[in-house]
Amino acid sequence: MSTHAGSMGLDSRKMAFWAFIGSECLLFASLISTYLVYKGKSLNGPYPHEILNIPFTSFSTFDLLMSSLAMVLALSAIQRGDMRQGKRWLFVTALLGLIFLGGQVWEFNHFAHQGLGLTTNLFGSTFYVLTGTHGAHVTVGVTWLLTLWVQALRGKLGPAQAMTVEIAGLYWHFVDVVWIVIFTVVYLIQ
Amino acid sequence: MKSWITTTDHKRIGLLYFWTAFAFFLIGGLEALVIRAQLARPEGVGVSAEVFNQMFTMHGTTMVFLALMPLTASLFNFIIPLQIGARDVAFPRLNAFSYWVFVLGGVFLNASFFVGPLFGTGALSVAPDAGWFGYANLTSRQYSPGPNIDFWVLGVQILGVASLAAGFNFIVTILNMRAPGMRMLRVPVFTWMTLVTQFIVITAFPVITVALVLLMFDRFFGTHFFVPAGGGDPILWQHLFWMFGHPEVYILILPAMGIVSEVLPTFSRKPLFGYIVVVYSGILIGFLGWGVWSHHMFAVGLGPIADSVFAGTTMLIAIPTGVKIFNWIATLWGGQLRFTTAMLFALGFIAMFIIGGLSGVTHASPPADLQQTDTYYVVAHIHYVLFGGTMLGLFAGFYYWWPKMTGRLLSETLGRWHFWLSLIGMNLAFFPMHFSGLLGMPRRIYTYPDELGVTSMNLVSTIGAFLIGVATLVFFWNLFRHRRALAPGAGPSDPWGGATLEWAVPSPPPVYNFSVMPVVEGRLPLWRTARHEPIAPLPATPPAPIHVPGGSWWPLITAAALPVMATGAVSRELWVVLLGVAVLIVGVYRWAYEPFEG
Repeated sequence: MSTHAGSMGLDSRKMAFWAFIGSECLLFASLISTYLVYKGKSLNGPYPHEILNIPFTSFSTFDLLMSSLAMVLALSAIQRGDMRQGKRWLFVTALLGLIFLGGQVWEFNHFAHQGLGLTTNLFGSTFYVLTGTHGAHVTVGVTWLLTLWVQALRGKLGPAQAMTVEIAGLYWHFVDVVWIVIFTVVYLIQ
Repeated sequence: MKSWITTTDHKRIGLLYFWTAFAFFLIGGLEALVIRAQLARPEGVGVSAEVFNQMFTMHGTTMVFLALMPLTASLFNFIIPLQIGARDVAFPRLNAFSYWVFVLGGVFLNASFFVGPLFGTGALSVAPDAGWFGYANLTSRQYSPGPNIDFWVLGVQILGVASLAAGFNFIVTILNMRAPGMRMLRVPVFTWMTLVTQFIVITAFPVITVALVLLMFDRFFGTHFFVPAGGGDPILWQHLFWMFGHPEVYILILPAMGIVSEVLPTFSRKPLFGYIVVVYSGILIGFLGWGVWSHHMFAVGLGPIADSVFAGTTMLIAIPTGVKIFNWIATLWGGQLRFTTAMLFALGFIAMFIIGGLSGVTHASPPADLQQTDTYYVVAHIHYVLFGGTMLGLFAGFYYWWPKMTGRLLSETLGRWHFWLSLIGMNLAFFPMHFSGLLGMPRRIYTYPDELGVTSMNLVSTIGAFLIGVATLVFFWNLFRHRRALAPGAGPSDPWGGATLEWAVPSPPPVYNFSVMPVVEGRLPLWRTARHEPIAPLPATPPAPIHVPGGSWWPLITAAALPVMATGAVSRELWVVLLGVAVLIVGVYRWAYEPFEG
């Protein structure tokens, strides 16, 4: 698809995506508010301080931040037509996303073994729904990035499709920023 | 037939929206008549309490999500690309997707009326029955073990997807697809109000999405978000619901305000008085609409500070609304008034909306509101706003733009019958509800004793409701008298002498809309003003061939994935849910890689 600016001087798909991100902000704001409203209201344990592993999740957070850096490098390479680097960094971004998801699977599993299920208490319910929704967003993002990577391998992604990559990047950075908020609210401020 | 199913033409989608939404409007109307027939006399025995609960729940849900919103969407689709001088919306396939999600979501929700036996319940109907705002804990699995609320949770969730997709689409269309010279402060007010509406849609719907997700987790997976026994707080539902629900009121009324702002100038032969103020007050209503939700919750007991703040913001929002009303009246002042049916409905809108607005301001005062909460007074208010406001505004719009949409004028004689029957009917139906409510008649009761002293008022309300039913049949007959659409350009291109760009093209418009792109130099491109000549007539045939993108199956197929997933969820069949997910993935990929020039 070609890029063409409309009456606002902006590509329509990019503008739609900014509107989508605005909408997503309200989605996560509602979930985070629910988490905050129910903070400390659990009738029984396990409680957050007994179970959250800040060093481990700090690593996940660092991993996701680095994936945003890789995304920037991927877009920049594709925009200047360097598809060899473009392919590499797209793959690295997706891989870092997969590592984050792996960490989340391990974390959910570990918490479940320590007795925190979805229905155990309000902390469990709000924690799993909030971080799970974020994880679902990361999953969509990884799928998207891998799709672009496969397209690039097949030679169907080039500088002409840089806008598609840029929009995927917008999504990816947004998901990353949301995680920073979640990490701060859920893990750091207990 | 195939060309309609796969269509991505905004005009066809607009017509599809109209007929589908009108069908749902009739269904919702029938539900209202069942309610009114039951309440015509004290100790009514027509329907059981269970059926009555389903009727008022589905009446509210249907009218809000399946009738009023999609009727406004019908006009957004048909008129907005024409008003801003575009050949289509920004994302034609996404537009088709919104339509199909809406239809299939509506079918899914209404299927609950017929599938009771599949769930082993004694009754045929397992329709939702906890009211349109579905308060916790009426909706918890403990108090509503059947599939009724499951249908509501999943059905409303699906309809939200349709609204969100349309929201992104129309924001981009209006901001980014304007013809040369169509600066933002030359955009017609209907388009402006739609833009504000869509911004409210994309910010309000995520909140109800989250509320419904949490309720879904409560019902399907046993969490306790709204269950006090597990520490949950039912009030959280009310906050989340009304944070969506009050902006939703503006989603319903702003388009009608936009329509009236188009109809009044045309039939007064005067530009809208204070265009900029009308636009800015619309934007202000959009912002303030976010700060008033707790006035639905005064009876909860939020404390004096919260009550005062929300009372204040609620009274504040009456100011931009009042500004608009004065601007409309000033538009009429000194104009050459023509009392067409569209004009009558627009005037009816102003009068009825003032009544609804005034009773709304009385809710803003917490002590008064405590007397009114959950009584028929509130029912009177919402019907003055949503029927007297939105619906009369929509009728004005359809009488005004029907010639543009189909090339045929609706009958003015039948139109007058429709208008007067509607106006008399609605006042008979809803005005006495103010009194029955203040006398203590609660809403949502399926019967009442004669000693309550509201018997005659209820009878009048019922007579009025049936009059509205007759009026709607007159409208239906008016539509069907000439139901066949004409060939493009066969009708009178402009029967009214409108000022905006949609009247510069033939009626009904050709598939490419504009033979050449118009260049706009003022707010009233088709009128001669002190500063501007009207734009030159567009050539009848395009000087150069115009490529119009063809249809696509993928919007429909992708949309179908959502009710499949929901069906799997209500019937507890995981494989059906996974089937829906598979359809969704295939649909999205085929859509993304389909050669289609938007």
